[in-house]
Amino acid sequence: MYTQALDQLSKEHEHTPQIDEGELNARFQQRIDNEERIEPKDWMPDAYRLTLIRQISQHAHSEVVGMLPEGNWITRAPTLKRKAILIAKVQDEGGHGAYLYSAAETLGVSREHLIGQLLAGSAKYSSIFNYPTLTWADVGAIGWLVDGAAIMNQIPLCRCSYGPYARAMVRICKEESFHQRQGYEIMITLARGTPEQKRMAQEALNRWWWPALMMFGPSDADSKHSAQSMRWKIKRFSNDELRQKFVDFTVPQAEYLGLTIPDPDLRWDEETQHYRFGEINWTEFQEVLKGNGPCNRDRMAARRRAHEEGRWVREAAQAYAEKQRKRAADNSLKVEVVS
Amino acid sequence: MSDAREWPLYEIFIRSRGGLDHKHVGSVHAVDARMAIQHARDLYTRRQEGVSIWAVKSSDIVASDPNDADVLFEPARDKIYRHPTFYNIPPEVKTL
Repeated sequence: MYTQALDQLSKEHEHTPQIDEGELNARFQQRIDNEERIEPKDWMPDAYRLTLIRQISQHAHSEVVGMLPEGNWITRAPTLKRKAILIAKVQDEGGHGAYLYSAAETLGVSREHLIGQLLAGSAKYSSIFNYPTLTWADVGAIGWLVDGAAIMNQIPLCRCSYGPYARAMVRICKEESFHQRQGYEIMITLARGTPEQKRMAQEALNRWWWPALMMFGPSDADSKHSAQSMRWKIKRFSNDELRQKFVDFTVPQAEYLGLTIPDPDLRWDEETQHYRFGEINWTEFQEVLKGNGPCNRDRMAARRRAHEEGRWVREAAQAYAEKQRKRAADNSLKVEVVS
Repeated sequence: MSDAREWPLYEIFIRSRGGLDHKHVGSVHAVDARMAIQHARDLYTRRQEGVSIWAVKSSDIVASDPNDADVLFEPARDKIYRHPTFYNIPPEVKTL
């Protein structure tokens, strides 16, 4: 998505319009309020650009790190069918990361720089991927709950004010639905299986329920970026609104499975027509974000190892391409000499 | 940890089926055009989204400047006589 070239062009033809920053900001907000989409070369406030780079790159990192907990189970999937499905899902996650890095690059930041931040440990990614996948049922619970929560977060992003991000999200949302459904199907199979299989499903639900609720981020009162992101229409619904919607959708799905949501305070509220749920352990959330979750160090170590182990492939590809270019240049020289 | 240099960016265009235009879908980094096509195939056609791929180096694309949008596109705004609906034709006249 037109990154580098267009930036160069706009510098050559710099117009430096004689309009002050306040006026530009007002016009920008007007465009947002009119539901216009902002495209890469359009004027935008620095803070808008930086907010998007932070959000899109964190999102991309989450997709990439998100391959790890499930990747652990590819060699141990119970059937060939499940293995093929899981490989496809993990490949999708890598693809989602790539779409999102593409979108981030349109804001004038290089992919290499963003990946460098992830590998250096200075970039954040979703807290959810720092939890372990102890049994096959966790793969089901991740698809059902983690991808389910991701869909809830991502559908409104398809209408995000920044065009390239919104377009990447449309593509991602189409693919996420398969992820969620394959996960729920794993849960159905286990829930209808032997008592031991059903227990596995229940334990996976117990492990993933609360971390899934934390995926929506801090409560509105404590969310420092929310208000501005809503004004810029990067965000369309508050963290708490989306979390509530997720609970309302998911509780009946758990009931269908005959599983119990691990929350003694959960109850249907006739008056509001919503499920009320218990207090989230925000201390745990903050600790996991800070790097003290059960798997933070493992995930980063695995990511760095993958990057290092792929180095020779990248170098070989580069060397081969250079050799081909040189050979093509030599050949065209020979042709010139002959003619 | 930085690699020798970042691979160039290619914009990817996909024809979803015969008879339709190639449409921009995103971008990939690749050492050369051939690898760009391979990456685009893995990234953008996992669900039969395409029958043909174009890869164009991003640095080769020249685009209009959003600041020129008025100069470029405004002159077409008041030329509504370029549209067939501008003309009043009596309803009894058919196939026109």
